[in-house]
Amino acid sequence: MTPGEFEFLKTFLKTRSGLVLSSDKQYLVESRLLPIARSSKLETLSAVIQTLQRGSNRTLETDVIEAMTTNESFFFRDKTPFDHFKETMLPALKEARASRRQLKIWCAAASTGQEPYSLGICLKEEASKLPGWRTRILGTDLSLEVLEKAKAGLYSQFEVQRGLPIQMLLKYFDQKGDMWQITAEMRSMIEWKKLNLLESFTHLGEFDIVFCRNVLIYFDQTTKSEILGRLAKTLPDDGFLVLGAAETVVGLTDAFKPVPGKRGLFQKKQAVQAGTGSAAGPRLAVGGGVGFRR
Amino acid sequence: MKQCLVVDDSSVIRKVARRILEDMNFEITEAEDGQQALDACRSTMPDAILLDWNMPVMDGLEFLTSLRAEDGGESPVVVFCTTENDVAHIARAIRAGANEYIMKPFDREIVEAKFQEVGLI
Repeated sequence: MTPGEFEFLKTFLKTRSGLVLSSDKQYLVESRLLPIARSSKLETLSAVIQTLQRGSNRTLETDVIEAMTTNESFFFRDKTPFDHFKETMLPALKEARASRRQLKIWCAAASTGQEPYSLGICLKEEASKLPGWRTRILGTDLSLEVLEKAKAGLYSQFEVQRGLPIQMLLKYFDQKGDMWQITAEMRSMIEWKKLNLLESFTHLGEFDIVFCRNVLIYFDQTTKSEILGRLAKTLPDDGFLVLGAAETVVGLTDAFKPVPGKRGLFQKKQAVQAGTGSAAGPRLAVGGGVGFRR
Repeated sequence: MKQCLVVDDSSVIRKVARRILEDMNFEITEAEDGQQALDACRSTMPDAILLDWNMPVMDGLEFLTSLRAEDGGESPVVVFCTTENDVAHIARAIRAGANEYIMKPFDREIVEAKFQEVGLI
């Protein structure tokens, strides 16, 4: 691949998916795109890029974007966000939404489904604390191919052994030959949609919790700020935003503030200032008379 | 330093497991079958046991059942590590007192994930 071709690919990925490809990512390009070169019978990376330049092959364009933006994922990745989910977000929202008994969760970079399913498993495990509640999880991703995999809920032996406790495997999966499939009941808890975070997502409505982990890292500062600003509009003041362990909102937006002591967890500025949302929220809600409707 | 007993009749598997677990700061002892493992536990109870299922003399499940009946035998965290990968085997192991279960083939990431799961690291 020539420097010129690499530059073209950089611009192509930036405009089409927002992905920022730094110059040291040549190896990544090769490992991700060589399989496409072979399967599309173009043989070399140069041929792939020349075809992209002609702009006549939509399928190839989609394949390249998907291959470059797909991330590895595993169940209960990083663990902490799921502890925050059970210990901070659910208790706070249980009080705050006591009259409505509804929770809407959005996984904005659902990838192959492990994150939404992990949240589904958490909700199942906590079900006795949320009697009569309606919970909805939406998983979106840029790539149709990974969404198909997510929807099927079929994972290899390697995939189900990273982060998933064995008891959970027995409880929530069926063995299908060499693979493991998450149960039909769990699959029915999640709705899947193709979505590019660069495009508008107002049509998705409002959520109580948004997981948007390890995806903003691929965008430049301006795009990050812009996406965070639009994410803020999908959340009420007491809603929660979850970012990846290494991600922050500092210097990017005033719309969110870190929840103290909860790494990766953010709330709208107002909610945190009003008294750390998670801690004071439940007490306010009970004292404030929302509780009596139960 | 935590102690881990690696029980497997394959010297290759023991070597691979030893390398991974030593990098995770475990002190390793080895046993080739369930009986050797039981003898080792009677002399020093380890913190963790990585346990194969199919072995000569005494298999992994029989060892686990005997271990859990021993004085102090409830304390080691037992992680099965076997080619038996069906629901029935896994369920039997859990009922017999296994804390986690690795289906072979395994790699470093899986061992780390499982040991983290049971609070060993």
